[in-house]
Amino acid sequence: MYEYDWSTIPAALPILWEGMKITLQVTLTAIVVGIVWGTLLAVARISNSGPLAWLAAGYVNLFRSVPLVMVILWFYLIVPQLLRAVFGTALQDIRLASAITAFCLFEAAYYSEIVRAGIQSVSRGQISAALALGFSYGQAMRLIILPQALRNMVPLLLTQAIILFQDTSLVYVIGLADFFGASYKVGDRDGRLVELLLFAGLIYFVLCFAASMLVRIMQRKTA
Amino acid sequence: MIEFRNVSKWYGSFQVLTDCSTKVDKGEVVVVCGPSGSGKSTLIKCVNALEPFQKGDIVVDGTSVGDAKTSLPKLRARVGMVFQHFELFPHLTITENLTIAQTKVLGRGREEAEQKGLKLLDRVGLKAHAAKFPGQLSGGQQQRVAIARALAMDPICMLFDEPTSALDPEMINEVLDVMVELANEGMTMMCVTHEMGFARKVAHRVIFMDQGRIIEDADKGEFFGTPRSERAQQFLSKILQH
Ligand SMILES: Nc1ncnc2c1ncn2[C@@H]1O[C@H](COP(=O)(O)OP(=O)(O)O)[C@@H](O)[C@H]1O
Ligand SMILES: [Mg+2]
Repeated sequence: MYEYDWSTIPAALPILWEGMKITLQVTLTAIVVGIVWGTLLAVARISNSGPLAWLAAGYVNLFRSVPLVMVILWFYLIVPQLLRAVFGTALQDIRLASAITAFCLFEAAYYSEIVRAGIQSVSRGQISAALALGFSYGQAMRLIILPQALRNMVPLLLTQAIILFQDTSLVYVIGLADFFGASYKVGDRDGRLVELLLFAGLIYFVLCFAASMLVRIMQRKTA
Repeated sequence: MIEFRNVSKWYGSFQVLTDCSTKVDKGEVVVVCGPSGSGKSTLIKCVNALEPFQKGDIVVDGTSVGDAKTSLPKLRARVGMVFQHFELFPHLTITENLTIAQTKVLGRGREEAEQKGLKLLDRVGLKAHAAKFPGQLSGGQQQRVAIARALAMDPICMLFDEPTSALDPEMINEVLDVMVELANEGMTMMCVTHEMGFARKVAHRVIFMDQGRIIEDADKGEFFGTPRSERAQQFLSKILQH
């Protein structure tokens, strides 16, 4: 029978907190950049301009069709090589930068689909009315359509953010010590892997469950 | 003011408008009627290029709509339009609805825009509702705000696409009253509507459309007296019954 021993956890908290900071950094950057870049992709995709719409669709379909863990590895193994070839200097530790880049670009593909559905949920008459007043297409999108679309999308955007928060644990494949990675390292070092992973799981569960409850409350309010 | 020259339009292989020519002079009120699907909305949406057309041209106050060099936002800013479903911006207050295009399109200052917006809101009898959101107003009230929103741009002419057909009967008159007043002030207006009472009262001319063609284009008296085409006669007898 396995003897549980939780006594190593208090001493590990500072290291775990360092890991959580990385997790949050990747998550928040990917949310912000992902939504902005995803919105641009969505607008490009529904625009009438052929090549732009086509490129955006290609981008979204590409990133939605490959596993996230592979994208993380690509950006760790391939992109730095390219940068080195271009800039000639050996880069420092690029694990965090490459992970953030991978998540931003990957999440943008998912966010763009959410934003596209949001834009299409705004009635056609709204864009006609905006254009009829003399707004340019860009102004009509920015001032009239997107604010309405975003409001309809908030629950979906938050749900995607919760998934993203969990998915950041995949950065362990490039040896980055996020919250999950840090828990694993400490547990391994102290011979208390089971306890540390249970503890990390509990923290993920509490945070994500609380966030999804929040989303549900918001949904009830807007419905 | 608005001149249609042999306008034709297709959706794919389906021809929506066939060789439409007519004219709306300055200060004139023209009512467009005809059965559903005959192309009335499409015709007036061509005036501000919300719908592109493939043949012919429309000239609005000297500006060719079909010319690729024409700035469509500039043209549209000078042509007011009122829609069947109001299309107020639901995320903005009534005041913001009235000012946003003034500030962002015409570059007016905030204060000037608000003054103008509130004056027009007062004119349509809704000053007390300035701080509300569109969803808090009745259909008739929303449509009056929509008219005020268009007027705030100081348009050279106004287009109406069935402005009362989405309204409950008891609200139709409050909107028509505003339109009648506008007509009496000399606004150039092109109105798609089946409100023949309105047409009788203020229209100068009536255009009757069927299957994408302008079948009848006559002075009001002539049209209500003895429409020449059988289609128009049938149509009139149908809608005048109730
Ligand atoms: N986007 C579109 N694509 C194809 N056909 C359309 C489109 N919009 C309108 N139509 C068709 O064009 C015709 C004229 O429509 P419309 O101008 O809205 O008529 P009305 O306003 O007189 O009822 C109708 O037969 C309609 O089905
Ligand atoms: Mg119509």
